[in-house]
Amino acid sequence: MDQSHIRNFSIVAHIDHGKSTLADRMIEKTGTLTEREMQNQVLDNMDLERERGITIKSQAVRLIYTAKNGEEYIFNLIDTPGHVDFNYEVSRSLAACDGAVLVVDATQGVEAQTLANVYLAIDSNLEVLPVINKVDLPSAMPDRVAEEIENIIGIEAMDAPRISAKTGLNVEDVLEHIITDLPAPTGDAKAPLKGLIFDSFYDPYKGVIAFVRIFDGTVKAGDTIHFMASCAEDLAIEVGYFGAGRMIPCDELSAGMVGYIAAGIKNIRDARVGDTVTLKSNPAKEALPGYKKVNPMVYCGMYPADSAKYPDLRDALEKLQLNDAALQFEPETSAALGFGFRCGFLGLLHLDVIQERLEREYDLDLVTTAPGVIYKVHKTDGEVIELTNPSNLPDPAEIEYMEEPVVDAEIMVTSEFIGSIMDLCQERRGEYISMEYIEENRAVLKYVLPLNEIIYDFFDALKSRSRGYASLDYEFKEYRRSELQKLDILINKEVVDALSFIVFADSAYSKGRKFCEKLKTTIPRQLFDIPIQAAVGAKVIARETVKAYRKDVLAKCYGGDISRKKKLLEKQKEGKKRMRQIGSVEIPQEAFMSILKLDEE
Amino acid sequence: MELYIHIPFCIKKCEYCDFLSGTSTESERARYSEAVMKELFLYADDFKDEIVTSVFIGGGTPTFLEADRMVRIMECVHSYYNLSSDCEITIECNPKTATLDSLYKYREAGINRISIGLQSVNSDELKLLGRVHDYNDFLRTFENARKAGFQNINIDIMTGLPGQTEEKLQKTLRAVYMLRPEHISSYDLIIEEGTPFYDKYASDLIRRDRGEETLLLPNEELEEKLSNQVEDFLISHGYHQYEISNFARPDKECRHNKGYWERVPYLGIGAGSASLIAEHRWNNVRDVYKYMEAIENNELPKVCLHELSKNEAMEEFFFLGLRKNEGVNRLDFENYFELTVDAVYGEVLRRLKSENLLIENAGQIYLTKRGRDVSNFILADFLLD
Repeated sequence: MDQSHIRNFSIVAHIDHGKSTLADRMIEKTGTLTEREMQNQVLDNMDLERERGITIKSQAVRLIYTAKNGEEYIFNLIDTPGHVDFNYEVSRSLAACDGAVLVVDATQGVEAQTLANVYLAIDSNLEVLPVINKVDLPSAMPDRVAEEIENIIGIEAMDAPRISAKTGLNVEDVLEHIITDLPAPTGDAKAPLKGLIFDSFYDPYKGVIAFVRIFDGTVKAGDTIHFMASCAEDLAIEVGYFGAGRMIPCDELSAGMVGYIAAGIKNIRDARVGDTVTLKSNPAKEALPGYKKVNPMVYCGMYPADSAKYPDLRDALEKLQLNDAALQFEPETSAALGFGFRCGFLGLLHLDVIQERLEREYDLDLVTTAPGVIYKVHKTDGEVIELTNPSNLPDPAEIEYMEEPVVDAEIMVTSEFIGSIMDLCQERRGEYISMEYIEENRAVLKYVLPLNEIIYDFFDALKSRSRGYASLDYEFKEYRRSELQKLDILINKEVVDALSFIVFADSAYSKGRKFCEKLKTTIPRQLFDIPIQAAVGAKVIARETVKAYRKDVLAKCYGGDISRKKKLLEKQKEGKKRMRQIGSVEIPQEAFMSILKLDEE
Repeated sequence: MELYIHIPFCIKKCEYCDFLSGTSTESERARYSEAVMKELFLYADDFKDEIVTSVFIGGGTPTFLEADRMVRIMECVHSYYNLSSDCEITIECNPKTATLDSLYKYREAGINRISIGLQSVNSDELKLLGRVHDYNDFLRTFENARKAGFQNINIDIMTGLPGQTEEKLQKTLRAVYMLRPEHISSYDLIIEEGTPFYDKYASDLIRRDRGEETLLLPNEELEEKLSNQVEDFLISHGYHQYEISNFARPDKECRHNKGYWERVPYLGIGAGSASLIAEHRWNNVRDVYKYMEAIENNELPKVCLHELSKNEAMEEFFFLGLRKNEGVNRLDFENYFELTVDAVYGEVLRRLKSENLLIENAGQIYLTKRGRDVSNFILADFLLD
């Protein structure tokens, strides 16, 4: 099919504005699937995503649409992840497109992420087609939202289709507008191959499968392909496109098309998102722009609850890494937790996702230490250490100064909550940059915030102080010099390395006190008193005690029915199993993460 | 072997009770006793070569069943099973349900031990528990039992009651001691989910579990004091503690109760009753109607039938046996399981000994006072993976 009948586009939206539902409806209307085959939200095929209602890994689907003019079009709908952790992946997915459908909730209007995503789309030179969704809801204000889109984003929106993805209302309009408003690709099929990888995953049978958008040239099975950034080379075993939920092989992919290439390569690092695929026999002169290697922003320790499971954890991480080039890990040892891994993630959501997958798919019981950012430690001898594990902090005498990462944060909030959100940013050491009213009662607050203040429950605090209305977007800015200290936790007079964390010096006392209080409620009572202390260096700054059990006797077992007694003991034992023995104290797994919940009142 | 017979009827359910019990009509009681007799018959052949060393009729309130029906049940027991000459035959009894006349009938039917649920002598505590009797009802029942010829009587009391003080408990202890019963059981009030007490005290319970101050229940310190008070009082008045909750005059330990901790085989008769036979555990179905229907159709309504693995049997050996003050014997374990104790539990025993929670003396392994106080915590260590 010639390129004029192809449209490559993404749908961009704020979380919950209806992106996945619209995708479902489009898939339905284009008839690539019967209604019976429709799973709810076809694009989100991981359980986890469905539960969280967000899309984590991007994916693409090819739709065949017969337009009102009677002609058949190929739509390649490229889904994008909807979370700030995956900004880079979003940018590559968008780069694979020629246009974007912007979905805005008619009841909520433009949100921080809407802006962030639409700017990403505009940065990628995409035409943007606005769509106003949820017009069936009683509180919908489509005209106002259209105005908002024009005022805030600066794109024409008065003719935007007004739809309900839920009921299917006016979804055909969107399909027609895609043909008329979004551009067709304009590559040269005869030129040397240039394909952009916008996603990749590992298939145990076919090896790494790269999702590509072909900008120029043609690729077919049997070609030797070359990945320009990783320099990997291999035979393309199979090429094809994406039906809904499955891969359909085809003869070739040529300029303008979106599809996949299965190459024999085993390592997903060789086919990273953003890399350019070309042919070995006739290589492109230069790669497509925009490739960057994404680096983890957040680190934490992951340990098997049962130390015998260490090899299992390693295998599981290796398997996950096959599909996740951003996940990093290296072995580390903790005096408290034994052998485990220091793992790097794009952000907290990424961490959560990996942790849950390890527990669910690989059936591992994990102890996860509090996540932290990468600090730069400038030593007096001139050496600079990138610190990912607080317990490796050098002696204070050897430290000249330390730096921490800060981010540019944009918070969109309605005017009634501006005060409390500014207070929050203040408490979190935010540096006020600006406030801009984007309409009468809504403003964008710009702050520079230390990343380490954001990873400790900032989202939750934001939501609770704005009754759920504030939205946040941020990106890494730079490293800044800061007064930082290591806070150690002593349990039963022993330092538990896995509980140490880095704090801003001024908040060491209050954090230490709150952490001790929190630990007191998480650590179950045992047969002796357990002192819990927080210390900076040799100085104890807070103390609590978990009182010893006085009495713990089982009920009688009546009429010789011991089943309940056995259950009680099993529960007791299960509880003990989920704990780590630190000296003579048993500490439950939650304790290691409880630092994240210090602000819960 | 031992026999247990469950009678799930009461005048009214107590506020803390989560055992299988409830109200009933006369025809339900008639139908139920027929089913019990039939079940005794259905099993008779299987155990014709066994000697029954103890029978325990529990509930509910067995004495709420019409005495003549109980006599007929006992006739079945005697005719279908071989009872040893010194067989201990106990019936549980609530004051107010047993008349002098019925007590005579029980004696005539061969029942030689009676267990009376008193719980407390303080009327406010009895009312709170939802008991249907008062202290005077209890006294009358006790005297009648003696009059009818019972020379082996147990009295149940409770500690850890809401509002209980050391003075109130002392009053109960003195009143009970005055009667010189052969056996006294003292249980901590356990607040079980699904009872009215749970709704009332759940939040207090959570506070106590955390070691915090309580509003209605005795706090942990007092709870411990109260149970120590029972131990101190009874031991200084000639009773010995042979199990966490049980005290007896010399030679008056409850054989049936000890059997449970020593894994003596037992057959449970009646709805919801539990059995341990040839390393199999099962329960009868709890629903009284389902139970009766099954028996009437000549079916044995076993549920949760489970053959114990060797590991499970070893676990039980310890977590049941260590409830007795005398503990367990190393040789008994080794003879029965053909494994050394140390091969299975060496490390656990070493650790518990080093923490002064457990003692070994001439092959006898038992908990210390501190060990008994926190036995729940310790016994879990005997579960194998």
